[in-house]
Amino acid sequence: MNGSVILQQFLTGISLGGAYALIAIGYTMVYGILRMINFAHGDIFMMAGYFMIFSMAVFPWYVSIPVTLAGTVLLGVVIERVAYRPLRTAPRMSVMISAIGVSYLLQNLATYIFTAIPMAYPSIPFLKQIFQFGSVSASLVTLVTPVLTIVLVIALMQIINHTKAGMAMRAVSKDMETAQIMGISVDKTITYTFIIGCLLAGVGSILYFTDRMTVYPYSGSLPGLKCFVAAVIGGIGSIPGAVVGGFLIGISETVLVSLGYSTFSDAFTFILLIVFLLFRPTGIFGEKATEKV
Amino acid sequence: MLKITDLCVNYGGIEAVRNISFEVPDGKIVTLIGANGAGKSTTLRTIIGLVKAKEGSINLDGEELLGRSTTVIVSKGITLSPEGRHMFPDMTVLENLKIGAYLRTDDLNEDIERMYELFPILKSRKWQAAGTLSGGEQQMLAVARALMCHPKILMMDEPSLGLAPKIVRQIFEIIKKINEQGTTILLNEQNANMALQAADYAYVMETGRITMSGTGKELLRDSSVKKAYLGL
Ligand SMILES: Nc1ncnc2c1ncn2[C@@H]1O[C@H](COP(=O)(O)OP(=O)(O)O)[C@@H](O)[C@H]1O
Ligand SMILES: [Mg+2]
Repeated sequence: MNGSVILQQFLTGISLGGAYALIAIGYTMVYGILRMINFAHGDIFMMAGYFMIFSMAVFPWYVSIPVTLAGTVLLGVVIERVAYRPLRTAPRMSVMISAIGVSYLLQNLATYIFTAIPMAYPSIPFLKQIFQFGSVSASLVTLVTPVLTIVLVIALMQIINHTKAGMAMRAVSKDMETAQIMGISVDKTITYTFIIGCLLAGVGSILYFTDRMTVYPYSGSLPGLKCFVAAVIGGIGSIPGAVVGGFLIGISETVLVSLGYSTFSDAFTFILLIVFLLFRPTGIFGEKATEKV
Repeated sequence: MLKITDLCVNYGGIEAVRNISFEVPDGKIVTLIGANGAGKSTTLRTIIGLVKAKEGSINLDGEELLGRSTTVIVSKGITLSPEGRHMFPDMTVLENLKIGAYLRTDDLNEDIERMYELFPILKSRKWQAAGTLSGGEQQMLAVARALMCHPKILMMDEPSLGLAPKIVRQIFEIIKKINEQGTTILLNEQNANMALQAADYAYVMETGRITMSGTGKELLRDSSVKKAYLGL
């Protein structure tokens, strides 16, 4: 393998990793605040793919992107209202089962409405531009993804550490009752969390599917699981952890594929999960023991 | 005035508060004393809306608060410094003060300075994570954080719990000072001696009921209170 091939694979790896990181943040933030795994998150990401297909059929890309993001956010907020909020005082296991239900509901709904036949993902012309550096060529999306991921993560950390809404999120995730005594509305804060998680999943979806070219009703399930693993490996509840986990999985997957082990690459993600659960269950950035789910 | 009438609170089958009535007049210090498990914390947590009452009324200046959300109740001017202090341990002292004023939109600097005057130790620790403060310092911060929302009524749940006698005296001096500056105080205490000395009016709670009431001085002299709560 020569230098340019390695560089090429590296670019592909960090690009895939960036998309994974954006999705993993949604898992980790919802876990941080509700102590539950939002199993429907991968399917929200899949629905974002369909939203883009249908809005691109009507609007130019610069209108379709905000429409897709708004639709994704709306879907996430509605799911929280209808399927999770009524269970706020129920045991956590009930909320988690509800999330699994929502996941299957979205997959089946997508199959029913859009059929199981993969639909072509529209190409956004400017993201598809090809760049040539010596013998390495890459489409713009490959370069944009990791950069955009880093920019969004920095912006997110600013929001969390330096705004009132961010302060409310930190307070609710640490001590829900005391946060309420401060006058913080737990419901509103949880809604903000879903808005941010779904917005990032929407961006991740556009970047991911632009490189994959098709969407089908189960498009979200494997990437969703991998991003959940990324969040666990990084230390669930930790945003930097989710980003590192996302890049780690994206890069290792790409490396394995390029070495010819493409059938093994998915299994590897789960081996990584098991190894972490055995030897470092709190993940890379996790401090306190994560609760059993 | 805060007026509690016929309040009943259950946890599943446990009747934690059974039909209690009491008043907290403006500008006064009122205390609930009683043994562990008597229902004092439940009473305060119900007033602030964290626990749902089975029946009764919680009336602030003519307005019914029962069934309102904690956010609304706090915005009406009632706050709670909870049992066990409950700092946000990863936030700095300054952030803990700011979060106490979460519902306010005006400038906080003047009030933050006022808290530093009231609790000088907090000024020197303002960049320190609250979780690293000592118990007494955390209690000071808990009181300061509660005051940041400009409450009409400050409820304190066992502020002296686990603190050295010297610190307890400091805390009670601060309670009196805050009260003199115009804040009404509703105080839960197991330390009956200190609480009765500070209080204008006191209620004794036993297994969810109010069994006795009177001015602080009256109860300090009462023989059954002396025997049960003052260890005399
Ligand atoms: N969250 C809860 N769930 C069930 N029972 C509770 C809960 N909190 C308090 N209790 C019970 O209610 C009663 C009153 O408790 P509490 O209000 O904490 O008393 P105090 O503050 O006077 O010590 C006790 O019997 C206690 O065990
Ligand atoms: Mg108590």
